[in-house]
Amino acid sequence: MLGVLLLAFSVVSVASAELCKPDAQNAFKVRLSIKTALGDNAYAWDANEEYLFKAMMAFAMRRYSSKSTTQISNVLLCNVTDRVSFWFVVTDSSKNTTTVPGSEVEAAIRMNRNRINSAFLLSDKTLQFLKISTTLSPPVEPSTPVWLIVFGVVLSLIVAGIVFLVVSGIRKHKKKNKESTERENLEEKGEVTITIENGIPCETLDLKAGHVNGVFAADDERFTSL
Amino acid sequence: GFLIPYVIMLVVEGMPLLYLELAVGQRMRKGSIGAWKIISPYLCGVGVASVVVSFFLSMYYNVINAWAFWYLFHSFQDPLPWATCPLNSNRTGYEEECEKTSSTQYFWYRQTLNISPSLETSGNVQWEQALCLTLAWLVVYLCILRGTASTGKLEQLSNPKTWISAATQIFFSLGLGFGSLIAFASYNDPSNNCERHAIIVSLINSTTSIFASIVTFSIYGFKATFNYESCINKVILLLMNTFDLEEGSLTADNLSEMKDYLMAAHPQEYAQLLPQLKNCSLEAELDTAVQGTGLAFIVYSEAIKNMEVSQLYSVLYFAMLLMLGIGSMLGNIAAILTPLTDSKAITSRFSKEVISGFVCFINCIIGLIFTMEAGNYWFDIFNDYAATLSLLLIVLVETIAVCYIYGLRRFEKDLHTMIGRKLNWYWKTMWAFASPLLIISLFIFYLTDYILTGTLQYQAWDSTQGQLVTRDYPSYALAVIGLLVASSTMCIPLGALLTFIRKRLKRERVSTVA
Repeated sequence: MLGVLLLAFSVVSVASAELCKPDAQNAFKVRLSIKTALGDNAYAWDANEEYLFKAMMAFAMRRYSSKSTTQISNVLLCNVTDRVSFWFVVTDSSKNTTTVPGSEVEAAIRMNRNRINSAFLLSDKTLQFLKISTTLSPPVEPSTPVWLIVFGVVLSLIVAGIVFLVVSGIRKHKKKNKESTERENLEEKGEVTITIENGIPCETLDLKAGHVNGVFAADDERFTSL
Repeated sequence: GFLIPYVIMLVVEGMPLLYLELAVGQRMRKGSIGAWKIISPYLCGVGVASVVVSFFLSMYYNVINAWAFWYLFHSFQDPLPWATCPLNSNRTGYEEECEKTSSTQYFWYRQTLNISPSLETSGNVQWEQALCLTLAWLVVYLCILRGTASTGKLEQLSNPKTWISAATQIFFSLGLGFGSLIAFASYNDPSNNCERHAIIVSLINSTTSIFASIVTFSIYGFKATFNYESCINKVILLLMNTFDLEEGSLTADNLSEMKDYLMAAHPQEYAQLLPQLKNCSLEAELDTAVQGTGLAFIVYSEAIKNMEVSQLYSVLYFAMLLMLGIGSMLGNIAAILTPLTDSKAITSRFSKEVISGFVCFINCIIGLIFTMEAGNYWFDIFNDYAATLSLLLIVLVETIAVCYIYGLRRFEKDLHTMIGRKLNWYWKTMWAFASPLLIISLFIFYLTDYILTGTLQYQAWDSTQGQLVTRDYPSYALAVIGLLVASSTMCIPLGALLTFIRKRLKRERVSTVA
């Protein structure tokens, strides 16, 4: 009796050693970065945490396949390192010697990733299942890029400014032409009341545009004082 | 270390030459071509050379404003687009190119410029950049329409390097040799005290430049430290994951010892890992100076993305950059337009609005070259070679012309009638001896430096490595460089030659008539 039990136990342990080893079929490597995620609040990785992990995996498999047959004992962990990384397999609950296909395990984990992460207070980056690539959520993008909207606003302001200035420039030009023709008409009628110097009305003489003659400008001493 | 040559250059070159150009413009009351023609008819080439340099400058400078607009428009998003890397096509991680380099560099090289691997592969015109460039030119046109009489002066940020850079930078930031100062000053009141203005302008310009460079360098140091630390962290993570070491056992301090230990303990796996292990060094980070204009955009956007209300600072910074840039552009355009509007032949046929619109349009069309995928390489060519050598020559000829051809005493008397004060002996010695000598020595230095280094090279962006690599210029690019330098410098001797021939012909005609 004892012999049979021992034999069965050794077979099971050998089998589990066969099933769970690095790069075994349907085995996944897990890597945790607890200190990076939690800093001073980091917990140590011990047998209790491993038990929780097995429980989470069993939970994920149950939820995914919705047949409540997967037990905690079906999840095997091996090769735990200081990094905190290890390999695990999920054995078939009906036959203890085969493992659940990797695709099923992967789908189960993807479905329950959030729950698994929060059980360990970690995130997708700090609790890594190495063969299962995470899909990152894309940033929210509006239909028209924001920069085009701002560009449109600024462009319309600038174009409005240019049009305004050009039109006002043309209007000023027309007014000047009209005034000069009016003045010519007045001159012909002999009703000139505007002072004219050499044919140019005095107001339009821009004193700044002329050349200052230095000989006449600065000499006040030529005139005798009264 | 740079401050000493900068201050010396400012005192010996910057202020005297600024004063000289302002006085010439104010006295002659004409743009650069007209002003030099009055001083001596043989010098009309100097004015033309100034206009040509200004023309080249305005062609490529407005692209900087286009980039500033692009960054400004993108500052209205949360989070800022250069703060994070975009995701790759199957959403499993970040873009590969962005992983190799930082997100700000990726945003600059890929999403703003969409730069090609080398100068030869031109690529297409980027329509987003073309739009921003058109907008920049419309803004410049709007500001010109208001008239240059009321617009202010130029101010640009400096980028310190060596003695030559100090001098060229003084020239560039004060706007010497472009003719824009002469153009602006020609609108001044004749009795304006340009001596005081020259001193004030150059001092304020230098203080703001020095302040800006202090800020720039501190941010640059921050960026280098940040990159160095993230490089170290990447190496640590890689080693930890490969050898399953405990977290916290590898730190920046014990990294080199641990690397040796791991190399001894697990030689095979370490050898496999070796190509991925980068040797991080702070000196290398500080040496990878991002070229010229890219520095302003990458470094500052990197600093801004780490701040609290980053959108606000981003908008403020790029708006400030835009104002500086548009101000400089107005100076250049004024330098081109004032000679054109001075000449009666052109103003009689076309109004001022049409001429300015035409100039802006031509520059905008040519500027589309810089919006192509290889556009940034052509931009660097223009930035490095269009102005530097020609400016030195132009300013040298200007000083010699005013001092020896026009006559220092005559100029002194003109200044006396304008300002009402006698000329300080300091200005006289500077104009007559110190500045020309210094410019000549700089000129020789520059030429010998170029001859010694041999072929010219440029920095190209390699997307596979995620960093800049050095390449040689192809032959047609070298031809363009030669053309840029020659077309502005040759104007001076050509102008003198043409006037000489014209006078000869006139004399012959007069003698035959008599």
